[in-house]
Amino acid sequence: MQRLGRPLLNQASRGFATQSPRYYAASKEVKFTAENYPNAKRDSRFAQLTLDDVNHFKSILSSPSSVLYGQDDTSELQGFNTDWVRKYRGQSQLVLKPKTVEQVSEIMKHCSERNLAVVPQGGNTGLVGGSVPVFDEIVISLSAMNKIRSFDEVSGALVCDAGVILESADSYLRERNHIFPLDLGAKGSCHVGGNVATNAGGLRLLRYGSLHGTVLGIEAVLPDGTILHDLQTLRKNNTGFDLKQVFIGSEGTIGIITGISILCPRRSNAVHTAYFGLQSFDNVKKAFIKAKKDLGEILSAFELMDGLTQDTYHTATGKPYPLAERYPFHILIETSGSNAEHDMAKLEAFLEQVMGEEIVADGTLAQDKTQADELWKWREGLPEACAHWGGTYKYDVSIPLDEFYTLVEDTKKRLEDAGVVGGTTDESKPVVGVVGWGHMGDSNLHLNVPVRRYDKGVEGLLEPWVYEWIQKRKGSISAEHGLGFAKRDYVHYSRDPTSLELMRRVKKTFDPQGIMNP
Amino acid sequence: MASLRILVPVKRAIDYAVRPRVNKAQTAVEVAGVRHSMNPFDEISVEEAVRLREGTPAKTIEDIVAVSIGPAKATETLRTAMAIGCDRGLHVEVPEAAEMLEPLQVAKILKEVVDREKPDLIIMGKQSIDDDFSQTGQILAGLLGWGQAYGASEVKLEGDTVTVRREVDGGTDVVKGKLPLVITSDLRLNIPRFATLPNIMKAKKKKIEKMKLEDFQVRAENRLKTLKVTEPPVRQGGGTVENVDGLISRLKELGAL
Repeated sequence: MQRLGRPLLNQASRGFATQSPRYYAASKEVKFTAENYPNAKRDSRFAQLTLDDVNHFKSILSSPSSVLYGQDDTSELQGFNTDWVRKYRGQSQLVLKPKTVEQVSEIMKHCSERNLAVVPQGGNTGLVGGSVPVFDEIVISLSAMNKIRSFDEVSGALVCDAGVILESADSYLRERNHIFPLDLGAKGSCHVGGNVATNAGGLRLLRYGSLHGTVLGIEAVLPDGTILHDLQTLRKNNTGFDLKQVFIGSEGTIGIITGISILCPRRSNAVHTAYFGLQSFDNVKKAFIKAKKDLGEILSAFELMDGLTQDTYHTATGKPYPLAERYPFHILIETSGSNAEHDMAKLEAFLEQVMGEEIVADGTLAQDKTQADELWKWREGLPEACAHWGGTYKYDVSIPLDEFYTLVEDTKKRLEDAGVVGGTTDESKPVVGVVGWGHMGDSNLHLNVPVRRYDKGVEGLLEPWVYEWIQKRKGSISAEHGLGFAKRDYVHYSRDPTSLELMRRVKKTFDPQGIMNP
Repeated sequence: MASLRILVPVKRAIDYAVRPRVNKAQTAVEVAGVRHSMNPFDEISVEEAVRLREGTPAKTIEDIVAVSIGPAKATETLRTAMAIGCDRGLHVEVPEAAEMLEPLQVAKILKEVVDREKPDLIIMGKQSIDDDFSQTGQILAGLLGWGQAYGASEVKLEGDTVTVRREVDGGTDVVKGKLPLVITSDLRLNIPRFATLPNIMKAKKKKIEKMKLEDFQVRAENRLKTLKVTEPPVRQGGGTVENVDGLISRLKELGAL
């Protein structure tokens, strides 16, 4: 899952802090989801929050700073009610920050008795409105559960609280020469629990695989307050159903993940980063095949960014382009291995071939870590760059590689034909442009439509058209971001009725009252 | 003055973005298995030399040579310099196990290199980020009897006159000097470019001349002795308070109010 990185404020020295997208976007009010989507109705079976409830929660959470309560949408609560893309805004009056799994259990026991709906929230960096309330659901923030519990240097198994920030977990592991098997743009804010709950994919999935493989166990609180203790550190355990798998990617609908154990590989001490410009998508495909062949076991990322994304990043940040010329496609390749000389020899052979056969038109190889980080920003900084103008319609989809980029071209044509695209200069049109980037190595494309304002007309042009397009090609409408509020009505484009029915039954088994993230 | 020759000394150092660690014996910083790259100030110097060439009529600058004094892997550093735009490299190989050379020794070696290569201008980093001596440029200028401009943030070359802007406490200082000259670069002189693939490929075919420490009159004998290397004291973790009242009472407790 690629999500928000830290705000670009650390670039203040370069003099564009005031243009930081976050700052820009913050100047606009976000409409309540309930007003924006009048078809969404609050389930009347859920109870209304009373002062007694609040007092009960206060007695569970001894510390006063763990309970945030307000009748109106105060600024303190607003951060928990509004999602990162500034598209969804709930009206919760209560945020709870439990510190222990027992507190979570007590909270859920009460909610289940009273039939109060809840939304578990991690770092709130999600892109599909899954981590914020729609109406008045109670927000249970895991941010106060942020301890590393244990780490086994021999097996590489890390056990930690759900609220540990991904980057903190990774720094902890770096000290011990290991790496968290997941990396994504939002690492500075997102929680590992949220990553598991949404089955985040990220930048290194190509190398380390999905969380379905790396997560060894979870600890979760079920809707009725029961604690599921399954924090094992075994790689193999074929004893009955593998229940943790149901939680991975469940988006907080069947329980609250409070702790995880995950298998962490050794950190590679030789990492190389290269950035290329290519003339056509055909060449991108050729480069991908070559990379798999020549770089094989050391290839750890293969990211595609189209030309317009790089222009967008350039405009939003004012940074000079890495390459002298501009190209319709750019790719970023990273290798991670144990021996710098061997890796370099492989990489150089690869570079010579792709240059020699004119598969890539130009490129650069980072000469040091600073340059590598800089090149990564041209990929990781894209979500923020797109938000620069106000908002972004985001589609995170899996498409077979043959037609990988066609979706961007088709979408662009559709919106241009409708006359809503204004580029960076025409203020009267809602859409700034249509851009695409993604994890080519995982057939995962991020179609992004940066807009000046969210507009029903534009939304109508895009949805369900994009989903139908995907369905025709047997792709997935949600590769790694999850469904959230944004896509829950569109699941049938990617799943057959039988699967959907089974999912409904699973949900009912775990959460008969339906109070979890309704 | 036609056909200038520029010499750029470059050093292989622990990567700027890597957190250095002290070795177990507390005698030095751990270098084994740690990512190395060109000292950032030297990279800026290479970039500046190449920009000077690009900013002047063709053939004003006839030759840019990068020189590195260091272990076998210093050739990687030279390749980087040549990928940015240096014409050739000169590697003075120092055995991996040898003690790190001190600024005086480095300057003496560089002086002999200068006597041989006869450059008109030397651009080098004002310091290396590993030992932070910030002395080599000055000593070299002294040994050569050349003028020097320390900590350049802007360099202008007109004929045989060089104007250098330096950032000093409380403002900028502009100095002017005639070639030959030693310039040491500061961080804000420029932002080094990304070396393009074709240039990286070309750099592989450029020549690196190898020399050994024994080819020089300098004795590798240190005058300084490192007694002990330690990490800076660990910051004491902060505490959290529940609210403003808690903060105030805690501050009072600590005697801050």
